[in-house]
Amino acid sequence: MTTPSASARETTEGTVYTVTGGDWDEVVQSAAKADDERIVVNMGPQHPSTHGVLRLILEIDGETVKEARCGIGYLHTGIEKNLEYRTWTQGTTFVTRMDYLTSFYNETAYCLGVEKLLGITDQIPDRATIIRVLLMELNRLSSHLVAIATGGMELGATTIMIYGFRDREMILDLYELITGLRMNHAFIRPGGLAQDLPPGAVDAVREFVKKMTKNLPEYDKLATGNPIFKARMQDVGYLDLTGCMALGATGPILRAAGLAHDLRKTDPYCGYETYEFDVPTADSCDAYGRFLVRLEEMRQSLRIVEQCLDRLEPGPVMVADKKIAWPAQLALGPDGLGNSLDHIKKIMGTSMEALIHHFKLVTEGFRVPPGQTYAAVESPKGELGVHVVSDGGTRPYRVHFRDPSFTNLQAMAAMCEGGQVADVIVAVASIDPVMGGVDR
Amino acid sequence: MSETSEPNPDREVGAQNLPGQRGEHGEEIRVQRGMFGADSGGDTSGYGGLTRSVRLPGPASRPYGGYFDEVADELEGALEEQGLVPENAIEKTVVDRGEATFHIAREHLLTVARTLRDDPALRFELCTGVSGVHYPEDKGRELHAVYHLRSITHRRLIRLEVCAPDSDPHVPSLVAVYPTNDWHERETYDFFGLVFDGHPALTRIMMPDDWQGFPQRKDYPLGGIAVEYKGAQIPAPDQRRSYS
Repeated sequence: MTTPSASARETTEGTVYTVTGGDWDEVVQSAAKADDERIVVNMGPQHPSTHGVLRLILEIDGETVKEARCGIGYLHTGIEKNLEYRTWTQGTTFVTRMDYLTSFYNETAYCLGVEKLLGITDQIPDRATIIRVLLMELNRLSSHLVAIATGGMELGATTIMIYGFRDREMILDLYELITGLRMNHAFIRPGGLAQDLPPGAVDAVREFVKKMTKNLPEYDKLATGNPIFKARMQDVGYLDLTGCMALGATGPILRAAGLAHDLRKTDPYCGYETYEFDVPTADSCDAYGRFLVRLEEMRQSLRIVEQCLDRLEPGPVMVADKKIAWPAQLALGPDGLGNSLDHIKKIMGTSMEALIHHFKLVTEGFRVPPGQTYAAVESPKGELGVHVVSDGGTRPYRVHFRDPSFTNLQAMAAMCEGGQVADVIVAVASIDPVMGGVDR
Repeated sequence: MSETSEPNPDREVGAQNLPGQRGEHGEEIRVQRGMFGADSGGDTSGYGGLTRSVRLPGPASRPYGGYFDEVADELEGALEEQGLVPENAIEKTVVDRGEATFHIAREHLLTVARTLRDDPALRFELCTGVSGVHYPEDKGRELHAVYHLRSITHRRLIRLEVCAPDSDPHVPSLVAVYPTNDWHERETYDFFGLVFDGHPALTRIMMPDDWQGFPQRKDYPLGGIAVEYKGAQIPAPDQRRSYS
């Protein structure tokens, strides 16, 4: 039966209704007349609460979800293939765009892999490593803020959304000050960093830590004890430890199931073993537990940021090896970040060798000895692993990202089946998938 | 399960089984000819005639160092207990850059993975998925599937590698052991055409369902168009000169 708001057509799978809005009573009436009770609903790929272009295929019976499946790939951009046609250094420009909310993690994981293949892991200057940690922890804050803000918005709590984006804005301002960009930085490079911290950055970060320490309790006041918030989140999106291990779920999902597994503690990199911080856990295995874990992780990240600031000593931010270190000194000009005029003056005016060296390294790149490696970092979403293979050339032979969003999203079916349709939104929000990372 | 961590007399350290040197005994994955990526026009430098074979790190022999010996001992012991000959299942072990890779014969992959997960002394609970690699010049072993297994109990990380020829691109699915590999295997199938036998629903996941070809294979072009910039034509990325 066709109504003005829900046209129906017969297919081999049964009657398919295309709902265009309008009178829901008519839709329900026509659905009730059909002899089978099963309705398959396509949510997305352009639904605002599906975090980008995620398509959920829900088989529902009344309000109950009988089966749930994901359709992904709408944001596939072939980054892994593209990397095989660029130099190792150009790779950071691509990987930073994978999970665009955790840019610094993508860059660091990739660079740790390349550095391990080059065998220069020990030669990375301390200052570069500390700035990497600093940026990663700021990034954990900004990523969790988006998770909490959009998660709240999807419940209809717009205030928490405003709070989250207000605080994230302060972090994006810091990124802009430090890297020149608010997103997609390509700031962390094989061998170190593209540039040192600009003047005033340390003070700006300190100022931010002060403000953020003041703002964080607001989330507690607004949400943690809020009965409506708890009613919507508790016991929703349940996934226990067994489920997490089988499905490979890591990050806040795993820690909300009670296991304090954090690569920063269990398989440290970038000197994380020397920082003081706690790994928060919850034992409720639900969306509310994941929210609490994220909130506490933000506090811990602030602790690490403060320790980073205290440790910063002047020094180089790129390896000393001139065959790997990017030769250009970058500077901020009137038209944005570019080669510093001093450097151009030197290579164009006084040193032919420096010009040749610059030209060779920029056009040809450096060679990486053959072999493969796996570098993993604890991103805000879980274990972000990079499998890097080199064939001895100036371009990656193969780079594969094990993105935590991709793996965690597999748990959607386990979390949603048997629950209410409205809880699907909460469950997906608690996974915090970013489709740029899922599809790559 | 086994507790066979006694040293194997056949595998004592000796001059003949020192760790393999990088670039000497590994698989040849390609032959490099020339130097600057120029294959036409007059190469007057003489470097165009260079020929160099590129090899991946070769097999290592005991001791592997770190916890790798313990993992290898336990795995071999556990396989023997199941009536398998470890040498048939583990084709070779490569230790390189502080990471151990066990090359597993594909027919034994499922048993090895199950053993690695279930044996209390091994206990690799977490599989971080599968990554495909295509080596078109590694004849008869073109398609590789690489798995990274993490043991949270023992804080260890190892790598398994299996390979399949282009003519028979089949590898057993690990979904029964590690359900997390469901989407990862679909992704590898999608991009490399590697068929994971026993997977519950091996369909494309990133590319459209009716896509032809497997995009991450080396013979699949990247595509792209030339772009004009300040009067000059910049060729598409896969048409640019490669120096490797």
